[in-house]
Amino acid sequence: MAKNNTIWNKKDLLGLEELSREEIEVILSTAGSFKEVSTRKVKKVPTLRGKTVVSIFCEPSTRTRLSFELAAKRLSADTVGITSSTSSAVKGETLKDTAKNIEAMNVDVVILRHTTPGAPHLLAKTLEPSVINAGDGAHEHPTQGLLDIFTMKEKKGKVKGLKVSIIGDIAHSRVARSNIWGLKKLGADVTICGPSTLMPVEIEKMGVSVTNSLDEAIEDADVLNVLRIQLERQKKGLFPSIREYINLFGINRQRLKHAKKDILIMHPGPINRGIELTHDVADGPYSVILEQVTNGIAVRMAILFLVTGGKI
Amino acid sequence: MKTLIKDGYIYDPANRREGVHDIFIVGNKIIKVAKKIKEKADRTIEASRMVVLPGLIDMHAHLREPGREDAETIETGLDSASRGGFTSVCAMPNTTPCCDNQGVVELMLEKARNARLAHLFPIGAITKNREGKELSEVGELRHAGCVAVSDDGHSVKDSSLLRRAMEYSLMFDIPIISHCEDVGLSQEGVMHEGYVSTVLGMKGIPSASESIIVARDLQLAEFTGARIHIAHVSSRESLDLIKHAKAKGVRVTCETCPHYLIFTDEDVRTFDTNFKMNPPLRTSEDREALRQAVHDGTIDVIATDHAPHIESEKDVEFDYAPFGIIGFETAVASLNTLLIRDKITDWNGIVELMSLHPAKILGLDKGTLGEGKEADITIIDPNERWVCTKDEIRSKSKNSPFIGFEFKGNVKYAMVSGHVTFGDVSLHRRSS
Repeated sequence: MAKNNTIWNKKDLLGLEELSREEIEVILSTAGSFKEVSTRKVKKVPTLRGKTVVSIFCEPSTRTRLSFELAAKRLSADTVGITSSTSSAVKGETLKDTAKNIEAMNVDVVILRHTTPGAPHLLAKTLEPSVINAGDGAHEHPTQGLLDIFTMKEKKGKVKGLKVSIIGDIAHSRVARSNIWGLKKLGADVTICGPSTLMPVEIEKMGVSVTNSLDEAIEDADVLNVLRIQLERQKKGLFPSIREYINLFGINRQRLKHAKKDILIMHPGPINRGIELTHDVADGPYSVILEQVTNGIAVRMAILFLVTGGKI
Repeated sequence: MKTLIKDGYIYDPANRREGVHDIFIVGNKIIKVAKKIKEKADRTIEASRMVVLPGLIDMHAHLREPGREDAETIETGLDSASRGGFTSVCAMPNTTPCCDNQGVVELMLEKARNARLAHLFPIGAITKNREGKELSEVGELRHAGCVAVSDDGHSVKDSSLLRRAMEYSLMFDIPIISHCEDVGLSQEGVMHEGYVSTVLGMKGIPSASESIIVARDLQLAEFTGARIHIAHVSSRESLDLIKHAKAKGVRVTCETCPHYLIFTDEDVRTFDTNFKMNPPLRTSEDREALRQAVHDGTIDVIATDHAPHIESEKDVEFDYAPFGIIGFETAVASLNTLLIRDKITDWNGIVELMSLHPAKILGLDKGTLGEGKEADITIIDPNERWVCTKDEIRSKSKNSPFIGFEFKGNVKYAMVSGHVTFGDVSLHRRSS
């Protein structure tokens, strides 16, 4: 770990769109080194001792929040988190003011989950501390994209040439966008599949194949990354019923019959069991869903380390 | 007061006059336009190497008074307009209270008279409180001084009510200015729906949300014979419809704004909320079609849609920011910098788009430098380079995407009824 890292020099992690292949590879290899820390008896390294990490979550989250917090703690950083229900947002303070106040307390990293695209970019432009995007609306969720790719690489040995199908509500998914950017940069073939009402316009320009046929998306795929379907989309008239969604896009053993024998099933969680995935598939032999969660900590440790100026 | 504007290069397409001329003004009227005028004046404006135009008319602006005087007042708005070379401004009725009655019109006109800056021409609401339910008293609004009616910000959703509004407006020969938007399609959208909105994960406003209502309004105008003016055209689909309707003889005119001719949805990638307006910035193909439509005359008018918002409202997450940008102070400079440079139009074209056509549409005896006309005159140095800075913006609000932009061409003087509303005349005072 003594070699100087000359590739990573960003203060913030806002999305995978703006990262180069080399930068993504640095994150993945750094995450690889950090993964072992979580298997130790004493799960802690002193890397970020004396640094303060603040997370602001303006949207409900359990997994991502916990994962970031554990990642920071295992690096010995001091962590504190606020959620929008406990923050001053309810008192009418703007996000920028909240962040400026946090900056005035001399913190080193701000992790932001927000409902609107570009919110972390707004902060990154004004704040001295590093800003990490923990999901901004339907725009990007870079650490999720990275942990998905890390898991694929770990399981398949490579990313280049992998056939990855992303299934579900693409239009509202930041996970899909971050996956697409990252996977394309590393040379994977990406297919997206879902109801046409949940497919954003001109998405093919991102370099993906588009299909409405689940069978087509499963055939030849090395990885299925299955997205959570927000049940309220149905109420907004974007698809007629949950029942029909399950019939057309729900993944069960039957549909996996013609899949590759070593296919990976991934899901960013939380799963709607019985809707996008049946129980037996979610818990079945192809599923690497919990390994994604484990890897999430390593990837987030790597990000915290790199944005705070860590040298490999 | 006698004023002589000397040696300026005049563009006056209404009188087919172009070239170096002097203009002699007595009181509020242009008395003489000729080469080498010898009359003695109280003051002289040296305009050599400058272009001298009939005063610019902005037929689409929001002055926020009454109701949101924190963002703009009639006085600050008209001052900002004067700095941008506008000598007449039309104010949209989305004030609080709404400009749907004589009382509000009179209040606005009184404030404008006291400001002694640009002329103000209020636009009245088509329906009471712009709610799309009942017709306003269009006759009274016309009588009080409104030059057009519009529910700007909304379309009149009920086609039958809009039909009645069109028929009714015919009695007063007053144009209806249509804000075309199917809110069912634009919903919660914050930017143009296309590749960029897909990448940014933002909710999109499809072009069809505009063009569907353009199509409806054109059909109703054809059916009723009313005169309509389509506000802030942003999409190629709308242009195609308007072109077709014009060819059929429908009494339609339309406008676009400088920002649609200059920026595109790609600019939203900065998440700068000064690229958020309604209708939204569309694609480079739309921008190209709009430029072509300026060139071929499908676009009759360029208006600013000047929409002031205070910084604390605008400097927030993109989704939460209000739509709209200010535009008075940068309009003509931006068009000179880009459209004249790219040969999309020329100074005669600018005069038609920003003075002569608005005057014709609104029934104003303006837009020319004819002898005997009101002395509304704009003088521009077409070569001066300047950078738009936030500190120098005169509008009360600073929500401009042009901050930091380098322009070629700067307004030097604005004269309204013989009274200089922008520019330093004392320097040019001569003893008579």
